[in-house]
This record gives sequence, structure tokens and C-alpha cells, in this order.
Amino acid sequence: MSRVILHVDANCFYASVACLYQPELKGKPVAVCGDPAARHGIVLTANYPAKKCGVHVGQAVWQALQCCPGLMTVAPDYGLYTHFSQMMRKIWLEYSDRVEGFGLDESWIDVSHPDMTLEKGVKLADELRERVRRELGITVSVGVAENKVFAKLGSDLKKPDGTTGIFPDTFKEKIWPLPANQLLYVGRSTTHSLRKLGILTIGDLARADSQVLKRSLGKNGLMLQAFALGLDASPVMPADMDAAVKSVGNSTTTCRDIATVQDARCVFSLLAESVAARMREQGLKGRCLSIYIRETNLARASCQTMLRRPTYLTDDLIRGACTLFEENFKNRLPLRSAGLSCSQLTPATAPCQLSFCGEEREAERREKLDAAVDDLRRRYGHNIIQRGNVVLDKDFSLLSPKEENTIHPVPFFAG
Amino acid sequence: MAKEYVKVRADFLPDGGIRPLMFRKEDGQKVIIDRVLDVRPAPALKAGGQGIRYVCRAEEKVFYLFLDRERWFLEE
Repeated sequence: MSRVILHVDANCFYASVACLYQPELKGKPVAVCGDPAARHGIVLTANYPAKKCGVHVGQAVWQALQCCPGLMTVAPDYGLYTHFSQMMRKIWLEYSDRVEGFGLDESWIDVSHPDMTLEKGVKLADELRERVRRELGITVSVGVAENKVFAKLGSDLKKPDGTTGIFPDTFKEKIWPLPANQLLYVGRSTTHSLRKLGILTIGDLARADSQVLKRSLGKNGLMLQAFALGLDASPVMPADMDAAVKSVGNSTTTCRDIATVQDARCVFSLLAESVAARMREQGLKGRCLSIYIRETNLARASCQTMLRRPTYLTDDLIRGACTLFEENFKNRLPLRSAGLSCSQLTPATAPCQLSFCGEEREAERREKLDAAVDDLRRRYGHNIIQRGNVVLDKDFSLLSPKEENTIHPVPFFAG
Repeated sequence: MAKEYVKVRADFLPDGGIRPLMFRKEDGQKVIIDRVLDVRPAPALKAGGQGIRYVCRAEEKVFYLFLDRERWFLEE
């Protein structure tokens, strides 16, 4: 039985919802933007009239206003977008229990069934589009194919409010002439590597010598070639299956540059507190600690270290992160943003090698302290108790990274 | 058309459904709903927003009453 997979992509999701709630914006160029005062001033989504003027996602607000002087900017309302995302998901679940979300605005739906064909899948996709338009007042584009990668590609081809079926007998004419970067997982750096090999289109990728691809891109090269050939067999994860957590992390773009080592310590303290609290909440300990920085010219760098033993203690993460920072990135100040994550997770209850040096008692003491802080924050809010170095800095003390979590797409390959 | 949030009195039915009985407009005018003609999720294209739309007949007129998460608003 061949599979029938739908990929649904809500068109200009944030901007469409914003226009629905503010009908006076209808037909005008609209961009949902982060807050420039908090230095999150980039375009998160733009509607089609704004895109026509050259506004695009990731652009700074001032640049967007230069491209399109009449641009209406709207602040994001993540609560509302999450609500719309849940309502869409509820509709998809009426058709299949194999629904896998990809961010708030995209989902794969596996509607495979012995009686189902791709042609019927296209009809079903039209029905879904019609329902979303009628019930939610926004539009979606749907791609229908035998695999997830082509379905996703299909949903990009007819925007807004269109269905594209990718059929096995005609996919070469339809897909292969498209630029390689339209394929899932071909980002800026991979496009560059492929271009160096003379690979510009998806067809070039499909026809390329697999040994050359492997040499240049490693096993990802072979994976991308399989994608281009329509050989992606990855399953749509069922709705009730939570992917195992592989890492816990958090990052923040601070409201002013991280200019000194003291500033960096302060930000990493805040991030470590939030990551450690989430690990404790989920009953996980981590062994591998990574930090990430972004300079003011937007260059990124990251590094990681193995901790002596799995931990979820705030102090361990702060100490580890500050040491990593001072050893590797001290000379790269000032920074625009910083992040911290913990991986190689094990359940907190897993047995662990004890130390002879009396560290256990100290760890136990700090565990009690962290539990008390967690309890205070749960009852009275994040700011009821703060670290001294954080309180001293008014700009950073306003950050509450645990509460201000944004939802990003989960990786394509769960498991 | 400005969006008018209204105070609603409703029956919460055993099957989980909600049936609005009356609403009070911002100016204090009380409107008793004679009949709910239709219930479905829908966008409020004039007032702006989305929710469960109750098409209600009251005082010989038809009103669109929307329940958007926890708040009710009116679209005449």
C-alpha cells in the first residue's frame, strides 16, 4: 500500500491571524514584528501585500519600513497563535490520528488507508482548506505526496490557499527543475556546498554521483539525494507520541549588548537557572553542557564540555557555563545573544557513581536549596527570589527566560 | 464595525454544549434570545476575530454572538 501524506502550511500564519482580529488591516501591508525596544525588532511574518514590497521574514523592522513605508507593524500574540494552531490540529485529528506538527503553523497528516489514493488525497486536501477557511477564517496551502519531504515541498508551490499533488509518475518534471534549497534540510550552508559541486536544482542533486556527495556533505549528502529521488520513508509521528527529549536549552537576545564578563555571567546565570529548573521539572539530569553566543555582527559560535557527572543543579550549570565562556569566548565581547543547553540526558533517578571526596553531601544540600527556590517561584512567580548579580543589573533582572519560552519547530527526525 | 463584548447568561448543557439565553449590550440594553438557529466555529469577518458562532434570533432580528475562548462578543 503506498502512503498518502498531506503537509498543511498556514499562509503567513501570524499576519493572517492578526488581520483576522483587526479587520481594518485587511488589504494593507502588514508585518508581525518583535519589539524593537527589547531588540527583538525583526519581521516574524509578513502578509502578501507586504511581501510584494520586498518585506521578508528575519528583516530588521527599520529595513522593512524602508522597503515599504506604509507597512503596518503588529506585535505578536503567541497565546492567540497557539490557540489557532490547536484548533487546526483538532480539525486534522478528525481525519487521522497520525498528525505531526512542525512549529505552530505546519503539520503532516498521514491519511494512508487501503482505499486512499493520491487523487483522493488531493480532494481531501481541498476539503481541509475549505474547512479552515470557513471555520477559522485563515487560509492554508496543502501538499499531497507519498512521502513527507515531497508533501512539504508541494505545500510551498501554490500560495495562498492552494493544493499541489506530487505524483510518482510526474514528480521528475515538477520537482527536479526547482532550486535545491527548496528541499527540506537544504539551508544556506548546504546550498553553498552543493553549488560548489555544480548542483543547483533538485534534479542535479538526484543525478549527482553519490560518492562525491558523501565526500562533500557526509551521510547528509546521501540523505538529501534520497529525498530528491522521492525515497524518504520517515513516518508521520502519531499525535499522542511525544518525542523523547534529547536536550533542554534556552537562549535569549538581551535588551542591551552583553559587554563585560560580568554581564555574561549574569546572563548565563539566568539561562542556567531556567534550564536547570526545567530539567528538575522533567526529572532529567544532563551530562553535556553547551553554550552558544551570537556577536553583534550576528556571527555565531558554540562550544561544549562534559560535566563530571549528570546534574540538574543550577550551580553546576552556572559554573560550567561561565568557565566555558571565559575559556573560549571572552575575547568575542560584546554579544547580542547567548544560549545554554544540556544534553546526554538521563532520568534523575538513574543510579550514579558516588564520589569519595565528600561531594555528595554538598550536592544534596544544593539540591534542597534548588527545590526550595523552585517552590518559591512556583508559588509567588519567578522574581520572588533572584541571584545577587542578576538583581544588580536592572536590564537583565527583567528577563524571565523560563516563562518567556517561544515554540520552535522540533527537528524533522524525532527519535 | 466596533467589536462589542457583551455580558451573557447561558445554560451549560450536560453534553458540554453552551446555549446562550440572553445578553446585555454595553449600553445596558437587555436582549432575550428567542432561538439559537445555528452553532458552528466561524470567523467574525466584520467585527474581527473568530470563535464559536451562535446565530441567534431575538426581537425579530438575527444576531451573531461569538464565544472566543472565554469572552463573548456581538456582531449584528
